[in-house]
Order: sequence, then C-alpha cells, then structure tokens
Amino acid sequence: MSAPDPSASVASAVALAHGDTAIRTTGLTKRFPGGQVAVNAIDLAVPRGAVYGFLGPNGSGKTTTIRMLLGLIGPTAGSYAVLGQPMPDSISSVLPHVGALVEGPAFYPYLSGRANLARLDAADRSVDSRTSRARIDAALERVGLSAAAEKRYRAYSLGMRQRLGLASALLRPRDLLVLDEPTNGLDPQGTREVRTLVRELASDGATVFVSSHLLSEVEQVCTHVGVMSRGHLVSQGTLEALRGVATARVRVVTAEPDRAADVLRSLGLADVAVAVDHCTAPLGELPSERVTAALVHAGVGVRELVVERPDLEDVFVSLTGEGFDVEQ
Amino acid sequence: MSSSEVAAVRRSWSPRFLLSEFRLVFTRRRNLAMLAVLAGAPLLLGLAIRLSTRHPAGGGGPAFIGQITRNGLFLTFTSLVVTLPLFLPLVVSVVSGEAVAGEASTGTLRSLLVVPVGRTRLLVVKFAGILAYAFAATLVVGLSAIVVGFALFPTGPVTLLSGDTIPLSAALARVVLVALYVAAMLAAVAAIGLFVSTLTEVPLAAMATTAILVIVVEILDAIPQISQIHPYLMTQWWLSFGDLVRNPVGYDNIVHGLVVTAVYVAVFGSLAWARLTTRDVTS
Repeated sequence: MSAPDPSASVASAVALAHGDTAIRTTGLTKRFPGGQVAVNAIDLAVPRGAVYGFLGPNGSGKTTTIRMLLGLIGPTAGSYAVLGQPMPDSISSVLPHVGALVEGPAFYPYLSGRANLARLDAADRSVDSRTSRARIDAALERVGLSAAAEKRYRAYSLGMRQRLGLASALLRPRDLLVLDEPTNGLDPQGTREVRTLVRELASDGATVFVSSHLLSEVEQVCTHVGVMSRGHLVSQGTLEALRGVATARVRVVTAEPDRAADVLRSLGLADVAVAVDHCTAPLGELPSERVTAALVHAGVGVRELVVERPDLEDVFVSLTGEGFDVEQ
Repeated sequence: MSSSEVAAVRRSWSPRFLLSEFRLVFTRRRNLAMLAVLAGAPLLLGLAIRLSTRHPAGGGGPAFIGQITRNGLFLTFTSLVVTLPLFLPLVVSVVSGEAVAGEASTGTLRSLLVVPVGRTRLLVVKFAGILAYAFAATLVVGLSAIVVGFALFPTGPVTLLSGDTIPLSAALARVVLVALYVAAMLAAVAAIGLFVSTLTEVPLAAMATTAILVIVVEILDAIPQISQIHPYLMTQWWLSFGDLVRNPVGYDNIVHGLVVTAVYVAVFGSLAWARLTTRDVTS
C-alpha cells in the first residue's frame, strides 16, 4: 500500500479499538438439496481494513460462500457475522454498508448503464435521493464508464459490464466490499485498474474481500489470503504466513558436491540431496550466511549458492491440486 | 465504524423504489406494445359493428352489441366483455410472470437483494407494479372504446340494460366503476402470476403457466356438471360488471366477485411470500 493517509490510520485505529472482524464465520456449511456439500464447515476471519484474497479453483465453493455472506442463500449449518453483526438477522442494517459484486455483473439489458444504477440506487432506502445523480456520476467516473453511461447495457462489452458491476458497489461509501471475480472478462489494462481501485478503497479504510481463481491477479494487493479447495478452507492467514508454509531450500552448485553435503549436514541440515554438480537441503530457520561461511571455512569451492523460495503460485497449487478438472 | 453505526441506517419510507418499478413496467417496449394491441381491440370491434350494420343481418352476439348502434358508450362494455376472457388475463400473465422470474433470469434479483431490498418489500412492490399495469390495461381498453364509440356511433342519454335511461355523465361514471371492477378482477391473475413467477428462473415458463391456469379455470367454469364449484372460481364473477349497468345496481354478484378475488390474492400472495422469503437465490 502507498503512503497511508490520515483517514486510513483513523479507520484502522477504530477497527483496532473494537477489535472485531469484518467477516467471521464459524462452521459455515452449505449442503445443496442434491446432497452435494459446496461449502464444508469453514471458519473465515477477515480483519477490518484487510484486503482479503479469497482464492480457489473454479467450483471450490467461493461463490456459494459469498452468496451465504450476503444472505442470498441460507447456510445449512454454522453461523456468521458481517461487520460485527450476526447474520442473516441483521441483513437490512448490514448490507447498506456492504458493496457487492456477486458472480459477475447482472443488469437490465434494455436499460442504459446510468438507468441501471439509478434503479439500484432507488431500491436503497438508506441513501439520500437528492444526491443520487451526483453519486451515480461519481461511481461511473470512478470505473471509467462516463462516456458509455447512456448506452444500453445490452450493447456493453464484457469488460464494460464488469465495470458497471463495480460501479454499483461504489454507489455509496462502503465499509466492506465483497467482489466476486472482479477481473473476469477484463483486459490486462482493466485488471490493473481494478487492482488500483482495490488499493484506493483499502486506503480509504474499507475492508475488501476479493475472490479469484487466479492468484496472480490478487497477490499484489492482498494483505490476507484464504484458500478454498473442494469446499474446505485449506489455508488462511497473512500473505507472509502463506508464503512461509513452503520452506526455503538452499542449493549449492559446486565441483565437490559430496564435501559440500558433509558441511551442510554438519550445520544440522537434514534430507541433504546430492547430485552430480550440486547439493540441496531444506534451510529451515538457518540463515544462509552461515552456510556460506561454513562452506568457505571448509575450503569447498562454491560456484553458486541460491536460496530457493517457492513462489505463491506453487504454494497455491500444492494446497488446491493441479489440473483443469472442475472440482466436484 | 462501530457496531452501533451499522444499526443506525436511516430507514425512512420513500416511494422511489415503487416509482422505479412503475417506470420499469411502463417503459418496457413489450408492455407498451401490448397496451397498443389492447387499444386496437375496440377499434376493430367498432369498425366491424359499424360496417356490418349497413347490411343488417340481425341477431346474435353478446347482450351489449345491439345497444352499440344506438349509443356509442356501449362499445366500452362490449370491448371489456370481449377482452376480459382472454386478452386482459393474457397481458397480466405476461407482466406478472415476468415479475420475479424476469429478475432472476437477468440476475438482477441478486443485485436487488444485496442492495438490500427486503424480499417481502420486493414482492409488495412487484405486485403493485402488476396491479398498476392491469389497471392501465383496463383503462386503455375503456378509453379507446369511448373514443371509437363516440366517433362511430351516436351518443346521448344512455338506455340501461334494465330499460331505464340515464344522462351521459352518469353513464360515464358507471363506465369508471366497471373499469375499476374489471381491474380488480385481474388482481387474482396478478397474484397467481406472481406466485408462479417465484417458482422459476424462466419468465416465459411463468407467463405460459399463468395463462394456462387462467384458461383451465375458464374451462372448468364452462362445464355445467361441476356447477357446485363454480362460485369459487374467479372467472365466474368477471362478467358480473353487467350488474353495474342496470337500475337499480345489483351489488350481490359484485361483492361476491370482490370477495373471491380477495381470497385468491390472499392465498397466492401468501404462497409467493412463503416461496420467495425461503428460497435460495442461486441465479
């Protein structure tokens, strides 16, 4: 995040003072009438002010979870709270503070972009109708749709539709934004704009809960990550914590791999693998400087010493499995 | 933001959403086209009667038809008699079938619910929109018939079905009463359509189902062997508006018709509510 502005620090101070979470679920479960368990006892904890990346392959239960969080479908078990209020009991007081984009944009095809936003704004009892026009203009401006505001939604491209969906979530100031695959259908430029938007919203103090099946799209903006696989929340925490799940390995390229391996073992490293021109071992907590010093001290000729940290993509794939199959 | 702020959302009553719904219903091209077709019905009817009376073949037709040539105002009653069994229920089936299923099929149902629009509030506003359209449809038939009737046929004091003659102004007041009654009768179709509309995400299916249900009721209404159930069929009372064009006005059937319609609205409105408020919105 860029330099924090005063309002953001005030907002985070308030969040800390109350110590509550923007979204918290306990054993949240959805079993569809067919018997399929789409979401299986997940315990989400989204801190206030976080940008929470909700990751998982297609069909892993992300959208079903989001639908439950917004009260569109009822859970079969478990409880959940949004902005500190128990749901779905508090739905009418909580949802005005939540901007949402669920499973892609949905609008009236025969109305213009502006008329579609006016319809949603008219449905919101918590806003002042006198500011409607200004708020709609501002939302359109923010997603870059001002020029196409009078065009019928039917004539919009997929990217424009996605932008209108984002605009509907920004019709009024929100404390929480729930964005389901907001970059779907956007070109690289549009994807970058969404990331910038998410950063702006977060720096304004909002909590952003953004789902994606593409880690790379959210990795740059997230502070926290939750990973879904086959209806289970398989991992959750800060981005750093998730990176730490996979341990770093040290790789020594040398003409004397056996001697180098002995040095590594003498440092207490286990599982040392020796190859023709190099050896590797999991580094654990050991600083790599000590490995370098020990090798030099032992007189091993080192050509190259690398600490290999698996990137987040590898972690993601190791958590969710690989392949093109839609999860059942 | 504190928890107490979350609870402090202003929730004043505002007609904005209702007006937005009216705008949605009355700016939709298909709905306007249906009103245009309805406006054409009295014109066709008037022309047919005007042209055929130049070659009087005599006899036949509903009770009102013979009266039209003597007074153009009777074209209103005749037009309502002709459009009430099929055309009017059909357009109300289309608009009511669209109500919730249409929102579900475009996905706007979820957009509205997360605004949030309470499900009960959504249903009430949708029903109000359908009723407004049903009323407008009746009004269009009536107004078109008055214009065509006055243009093609003589006017003046109106001789009622009971033989009494009343001034034209009093007769126009009767026309308004008749139109109100017909629009009220369509509320039963609106409620059935609204309920069916909560069952599916395919608006066309909801429209067709509603229209078919109305036709089934009309068929049952036409079978004399089951006359014991006829008083409970909504269509049985639709044409009772003829009682408003007599002196003295017979209110028995009118009241019966209104009560039966109210029961249909209560039953199907409750079913629609029970369905929509418990349904998982997955569209």
